[in-house]
Amino acid sequence: MSGFIEWGALAQVMVAGLVVGAGIPALFALGLRLLSAPGAPDGAASDGAAVRPGLARRAGALVCFAVVVGAVVAGIAFLVSGGH
Amino acid sequence: MTETLLLVLVVVTALAFDFTNGFHDTGNAMATSIATRALKPKAAVLLSAVLNMVGAFLSLAVAATIAKGLVDANVITLEVVFAGLVGGIVWNLLTWLWGLPSSSSHALVGGVIGSVLAAVGTSGVIWSGVVSKVLVPALAAPVVAIGVAATGTWLVARLTRNLPQDLTSRGFRWGQVGSASLVSLAHGTNDAQKSMGIILLALITGGAVPADSGVPFWVIISCAFFMALGTYLGGWRIIRTLGKGLVEIDTRQGMAAETSSAAVIMLSSHFGFSLSTTHVATGSILGSGVGMPGAKVRWGVAGRMLAAWGLTLPAAGLVGAACFWVGHGIGGFLGTTVVFALLVITSTAIWWASRRKPVDHTNVNEAWDEEKGADLEPVAATTGVAGPVSVAPVMAPEAASSSAVAIGAVHADISGSTKEALRA
Repeated sequence: MSGFIEWGALAQVMVAGLVVGAGIPALFALGLRLLSAPGAPDGAASDGAAVRPGLARRAGALVCFAVVVGAVVAGIAFLVSGGH
Repeated sequence: MTETLLLVLVVVTALAFDFTNGFHDTGNAMATSIATRALKPKAAVLLSAVLNMVGAFLSLAVAATIAKGLVDANVITLEVVFAGLVGGIVWNLLTWLWGLPSSSSHALVGGVIGSVLAAVGTSGVIWSGVVSKVLVPALAAPVVAIGVAATGTWLVARLTRNLPQDLTSRGFRWGQVGSASLVSLAHGTNDAQKSMGIILLALITGGAVPADSGVPFWVIISCAFFMALGTYLGGWRIIRTLGKGLVEIDTRQGMAAETSSAAVIMLSSHFGFSLSTTHVATGSILGSGVGMPGAKVRWGVAGRMLAAWGLTLPAAGLVGAACFWVGHGIGGFLGTTVVFALLVITSTAIWWASRRKPVDHTNVNEAWDEEKGADLEPVAATTGVAGPVSVAPVMAPEAASSSAVAIGAVHADISGSTKEALRA
């Protein structure tokens, strides 16, 4: 059977899939976490919705979301380029 | 003259296949968004239809090949393509009736292989290609997709563990719709291309356009249109299975699942290991249940799906072969017309059978009841105002009484009294 399976291509898909397919949602979640009220590990302060995240957290969140948007743009570019 | 009519029939059938393709695959992109109510059902299918249409125009790298590397290219005639298309359509419709997502491209490939077998025998099929390009990817796709989506879901669940729920569900609603849109776009680009390729091949074979011709504009427009139409009409039965049947899904899982689908579909074609959109999407949704702590996965439903995937090739092949024998046996234009008439009759019968237990945008999100086969019974809307029957189907009485505790006594009272009012 091994001749029928392109293990190399399959492994590439699996690894790249894990990096992109699992990494993007994780980054998105991280961005949301950074944006939510800081210092509330147990959700105790989360009802104080007025607490604004600090500059560093907001910058971090921005980076996360920027990577996510970048990945989406890359995906569309891939489709347009006919790489499918 | 009959040559032209034959060509017209083939083109019409190819467009019909294109339609069932859109119809069958709406759920791949939109089932999760509909199940989590990130989008209203109608809005979701409209968005998906528009993106499928846009996707069809995005890239026009169409090759006039069908089942390349799977069958001997020299035996592909209009008759063979036609019988193959009919096989693909019939299997697509049957799996839709059963609410089972199965690969549209595998159905087409199966139909063509069947008709080639009927036409020239086993020598016309490249079996090693069938194994390495169809069977192995069909086994690999769910494994890869489950792995990726489960990892993504698990990471997301960990990262959002202590966050207030309104924030996560609001944020992930956006993420979910965005990632689902990308899947729709990719589907439009990939699958509309296939139908364009078939029609182009038919036109070249029939001598309507020169062999080195590009895709005529009317072919692009009509393929994009019929796929979008199919997508908009929505295979609600399949959406229901994918969104409610496999796992109970929230917006975080939905986003992780759709991102995994989009990434795996595009990466697999980039690395030359093409995987079926349907297999990947289904695997991703399963994976989002596997990776979510405490989520329940209905493996029975997943098993039925896998069985349908295994059956796709032989079943579509059988129909394709039968169509070729009938068409070829009668011969000529009359044979093709008879097969076409049979296709219309079969499709109508399947549609008619589906009306006995209709699933549409009003009941697509009803609770799933595996033991009772998710029976829905049409009754009046539970708004207190007696509406026309089948406005809002609810669970059959046995199920309704058992779930009444959860739903609340008030609701049960209303639906109970409405039912009595109806019977009176």
